[in-house]
Amino acid sequence: MEVLTAIKRVPETGAKIVLTEDKLDIDTSSLGFTFSPHEECAVEEGVQLVEEHGGNVTVLTLGEEDATEQLRSAIAMGADDGILLESDEDRGPAGTAKAIADAASDADFDLLLFGNESADTANHQVGVRVAEQLGLPCVTGIKDLDVTDGTVTARREIPGGSEVYEVDLPAVVTVKEGLNEPRYPSMRAKMQARKASVEHDEPAAYDEGLELLELEVPESDDSPAEVLGESPDAADDAVDVLEDLEVL
Amino acid sequence: MSTNDFPSNAGTVIIGAGIVGSSLAGELAERGRDDILLIDKGPLSDPGGSTGHASNFIFPVEHSKDMTQLTSDSRDIYREFDTFTNSGGIEVARTEERMAELKRRVVSAKSFGEEAELLTPEEVEELVPYVNTDIIKGGFYSKGAGTCDPLRAGELYRQQAKDKDALSTAANTEVTDLHVENGEIQAVETDKGTVQADEVIIAAGLWSPKIADMAGVDIPLSPAVHQMVSVGPIDRFEDGEGEINYPVIRDMDTQMYERQHGNDMEVGSYEHRPILWDVDDVPSIEESPLSPTQPPLTEDAFEDSMQHALEIIPDVLDDPDAGIRHSIDGLLSVTPDGHPLLGPIPEVDGLWSCAAIWIKEAPAIAREVSKWMTKGHPDIDIVAHDHVARFDEYGETEEFVKSRGYEGYQKIYGIVHPREQWQSVRPLRTSAFYHRQQELDAEFFEAGGWERPRWFESNADLVEKYEDEIEGLRRPNEWDSRWWSEIILGEHLHLRDNVGMIGDTGFGIFDIIGSDAEENMERICVAPMDLDVDSSVYTAVLAPNGGFVSDLTVARLGENHYRVITGGAHAGQDKTWFSDHLEGDSELIGRSSELCTLGVWGPDAEELMNSIAEEEMTADSFDFAEMKDVTIGAVDAKAFRISYVGEFGWEIYAPMDQGQRLWDTIYEAGQEYDIRPVGTGVYGETGRMEKSYRLMGAELEIDYTPAEAGLTLHGVKDADFIGKEAYAEGIEEENSATLCTLSVTDHAPDGGERRFMTGGEPVLDQDGNVLIDDEGRRSYVTSAGTGPSVGKHLLMAYLPQEYATEGEELQVEYFGQQYPVEVEVAGNGGVFDPNNDRLFRNEY
Amino acid sequence: MVLALVEHDNGEVDDTSLETLTLARDVAEQAGESLEAIAFGPEADGIAETVGAYGVAVLNTVDHADLDDYAPEAYGRAVVQCAEETGTEAIIAPGTDRGAETLSHAASKLDVTMAAEVTDVEVGDDYELTRQRWGGTLIEHARLSADTNLLTVAPNEISASESGGDAADVSAFTPELDDGDLRVQLTRVEESDIEGVPLAEARVVVGGGRGTDGDFSELEDLVEKIPNAALGSSRAAVNEGWRPHDDQIGQTGNKIAPEIYIAAGISGAVQHMVGCKGAENILAINTDPEAAIVQKADWAVVADLHEVAPAMSEELESRGHAD
Repeated sequence: MEVLTAIKRVPETGAKIVLTEDKLDIDTSSLGFTFSPHEECAVEEGVQLVEEHGGNVTVLTLGEEDATEQLRSAIAMGADDGILLESDEDRGPAGTAKAIADAASDADFDLLLFGNESADTANHQVGVRVAEQLGLPCVTGIKDLDVTDGTVTARREIPGGSEVYEVDLPAVVTVKEGLNEPRYPSMRAKMQARKASVEHDEPAAYDEGLELLELEVPESDDSPAEVLGESPDAADDAVDVLEDLEVL
Repeated sequence: MSTNDFPSNAGTVIIGAGIVGSSLAGELAERGRDDILLIDKGPLSDPGGSTGHASNFIFPVEHSKDMTQLTSDSRDIYREFDTFTNSGGIEVARTEERMAELKRRVVSAKSFGEEAELLTPEEVEELVPYVNTDIIKGGFYSKGAGTCDPLRAGELYRQQAKDKDALSTAANTEVTDLHVENGEIQAVETDKGTVQADEVIIAAGLWSPKIADMAGVDIPLSPAVHQMVSVGPIDRFEDGEGEINYPVIRDMDTQMYERQHGNDMEVGSYEHRPILWDVDDVPSIEESPLSPTQPPLTEDAFEDSMQHALEIIPDVLDDPDAGIRHSIDGLLSVTPDGHPLLGPIPEVDGLWSCAAIWIKEAPAIAREVSKWMTKGHPDIDIVAHDHVARFDEYGETEEFVKSRGYEGYQKIYGIVHPREQWQSVRPLRTSAFYHRQQELDAEFFEAGGWERPRWFESNADLVEKYEDEIEGLRRPNEWDSRWWSEIILGEHLHLRDNVGMIGDTGFGIFDIIGSDAEENMERICVAPMDLDVDSSVYTAVLAPNGGFVSDLTVARLGENHYRVITGGAHAGQDKTWFSDHLEGDSELIGRSSELCTLGVWGPDAEELMNSIAEEEMTADSFDFAEMKDVTIGAVDAKAFRISYVGEFGWEIYAPMDQGQRLWDTIYEAGQEYDIRPVGTGVYGETGRMEKSYRLMGAELEIDYTPAEAGLTLHGVKDADFIGKEAYAEGIEEENSATLCTLSVTDHAPDGGERRFMTGGEPVLDQDGNVLIDDEGRRSYVTSAGTGPSVGKHLLMAYLPQEYATEGEELQVEYFGQQYPVEVEVAGNGGVFDPNNDRLFRNEY
Repeated sequence: MVLALVEHDNGEVDDTSLETLTLARDVAEQAGESLEAIAFGPEADGIAETVGAYGVAVLNTVDHADLDDYAPEAYGRAVVQCAEETGTEAIIAPGTDRGAETLSHAASKLDVTMAAEVTDVEVGDDYELTRQRWGGTLIEHARLSADTNLLTVAPNEISASESGGDAADVSAFTPELDDGDLRVQLTRVEESDIEGVPLAEARVVVGGGRGTDGDFSELEDLVEKIPNAALGSSRAAVNEGWRPHDDQIGQTGNKIAPEIYIAAGISGAVQHMVGCKGAENILAINTDPEAAIVQKADWAVVADLHEVAPAMSEELESRGHAD
């Protein structure tokens, strides 16, 4: 089984984001980089499926040269190969999808895994667009996944249960955190991944219809906790809170 | 306290609620401060500084008595709070060189009273079965090592102070300014309000420079990265109870450690290239994914460390379920010399620094600083090496701090020779003689930022000249001879036979001027200060408990004008002490950079100087310790008849801009006498050791009294002075120990290479037990140096009274081997020329 | 015309769709266009009154034998065809799983970029949008310029408001589907049946730290009285040997994402907070009002957990919540 997982290099931000002077980007000078939890689950799922069914996991990203670091992280988690679609420009979701679909069309992937949406831009559409371009079925927002006999059974959470989709391979699935528990790479795997070779490709340019004008950091709510009480009598109010949140 | 009632007044404000600030709060409350406000910009109990990400292990053995003591005391405090786990710790060696260093550590452990032993690889494996013994030569086992919980200890310290009603805390409160008026701290401004304060302590870890800057002063430290990853879950640790079940491993040669923490293995490294940060780049709490001091791991810098960790503990790291669960570039503080930055900040009264401190030593340092604040002095000597003022006048620029921090980072787990010299930002302070000394191939050492020649390669011929005398004093062992040259011995002998010139502007010089200068000097100094104008005196300066603050020379230049001359490395501390204790209208004026000092000593010094000075310069015209104006060639100067090498001659003080002219005049006229430039190898070591002259920070320290140091030559003057009571008592009382000078009687008792101690070695009785006096103080070598004129390698050490007799045969331990030594002099007086005939120009 | 995708449950319109209609109406008004809606499913015509009250003039109900159940790509196809037939300048959908999925297909078929998580639109020559990124911790101002502007609305950001209007005219619409459009169809719906919730999936997590002094019995009781709840602990408690390593919440332990995290006797060290930053809400029970956890919590009870937890258990029981 040949699995492609697409990931995106994003900064690891704190509670408060700091912007660059031109307000067009996040100031990452004191930040590290990662890929989003959704995509970690996608990589983990791919690795687990290949462990079960045999085959290869190829991890792909679109970005600048330094996104190789994220490919290597995915390789340390167990992915077999890495592909960097090297692009200095900021691509929107349509351009990203086109580049990935172009790259994927050359190979016969059985399953293409994406995060449901990217952590940073949250455009919610790359997986679907890739599926559309490749003429593949696509299910999104998946938190449970099985593959048997060429069929994917995918579950999407709804209140009180889940929607089940059964789809024939090859297919595109976009997943959400909670799908599995992504492994932490071992030190040895990390070492080996640092030496793994990564394929480079350059996608064609693309004009996007969505143009970033300016970013803005919303006012944060750093108000201290509402003190319900200073004695066990406050237990009533605490239970009120649980009731209001409808968790009982 | 809620954030709404931020106080407008406090007796003491502590900025920073990490382990240092919290310990200070507890310790100051213990010592009677009852109105303390502890401020931190972060939440309690983990405000986001280095305390929150430290690996929290304590290895008590250091090559420094004070640090070993502070670490051991801190461990006791953690233990009292039930926040210490005695896991033990093992430093492993991959190389023979490291194995020798581990032997040296065992010796230091013995000197300073910690349990320690060497282990074979098999013994290491018995204690820590997952260590790959194929690649180690052995280990150093510190049974007393363990782990602590500084966040919890901080909490308990704060609680202790709150229980006394002495402390209020203001968490989530950011300091925005410090108010200073007339050189005195007034108030601390925060985003929650402004609080007036009598005293303010900056205990803000790596943010300390930023806070200090608000008062216009420097705390010279830099944030630096210490990389750490946490790997787990480890199956082997699953069944263990608590946080640690195996000794902490320090893989010294790779500058790494591996420490169990629950079912994780923490792998930390100081191996990677030093990564220094600017404090302004450290993100705020809100901006930080983890905490401000836990930026993400710089992966490429950690690559070698991963390789090395996999080599040393492959079994654990290759556990199939274990992964890297956490990885950071943990930020901590580095200073230009690796020591903490403690004490009163010279420029602002009431402002204190307590920064750049490791977890392992924090509570005890806070305790000592709290004593310093409440009774005027600490009980453990944190003044000599750790005073924040030691970089005064030179070492506070960003470039200096960063360069030395970078260089020092690599020494954290390094094998550091006691004489090792810093390499970066040199030369920084050069005297007027520097170029001449360079032309003569000086090998420069650094003190207080000044370049001082240790010896001159141009004097290599003297080694041949004195071949016979030097023969038995050669040092065949590389370690013994590192940062050393036989030329020093040649220079020494030449100076004693002819004449030498020591261009040594490493002095700290400052003037005390004012109508009440004499009263001030009387109060601060032990020796009488009602000196005649133009005369001088050597004096101790004491803390209220009678311990040494400094030893220095004071000359009276006028009715209301005194000049203080002290060691360059100690200048900042002494200046701070004097200025803190000046009363009335007297002022302190720094002169170190204005004046150069050239010493001319030796049997031919009189004839030489008399031939070139306008005035008479002879033993008859100059009393000992007299300081007078002279004109030497074209240079007006002050000549001061004194010596630290035990020879007749003068220290000549001239304006720095005429120093080179002074040098040339003396050097040229001296050719007739074969004058040689001589380095501090003679001045600071061979000359002074032969004369048993004491050195501040080595022999003279807070643990021993002037009586024990043999420095009570002035008796007790009538005038009151700081430390008088204790000083007088010390003279009355029977000493528990006496400072002695010893010589090594056999350098190779088992044959083989002859070894020469460097200092710090324990002194043992004939049975091999370390000598301990009535007060529990252990005997160790405070200074070591060769005496070429007496043909012996000399050591100084405080010995218990019963051993302090001439001819007493003892032993010292060096690299695991014991060597016989003999007491040459008990108390004051030199091994060479004990009657000072040469100094006083008597016939000899 | 502006077209809004409306989701409903057998004729009852979802809240997110009401928010969507509110924004869509605003866009339509700014553009001087009429507002129409599109809805799928057998009971779609039952929402005509509701959407009318939100300003919808025409409700397009999709009438296709294969589309009684959800089929994302076919839904997308239907939306595109409906838009093309009615000459739409914008299609606006709720930012739900289905809404985003359907509109993504539509965007792809129209070869335009969709703007997701939008909270505000200023209509000019182009659309100047405000949208959310990074889960709402960052706001983007962007320009969308396509022949048809597609956008999804960030849930729970706009307050739904009616404009008052008559029931929408219902216009049945039957799309023409390709074979491929039905590659994905909802196969079935399963009800969840969770026993013994793992920490990472629990809707309520109760965590105990040093403040328990090693006694977790009251917290265990409390957990038993709350459905889908699990018990965790701080590293301090694990280090003390009070709880197994598996229970640890934090940087090196479990990462939790419950609706509410009840942190009892936990100071809130950084490494712990990293493990619970996924929690929607935090209730701290702590004797120290300055504890970090109290600063970061939404609610706090400043009292001893050994008294508060039993009192909560009792209260849950008396209100009939306990099993």
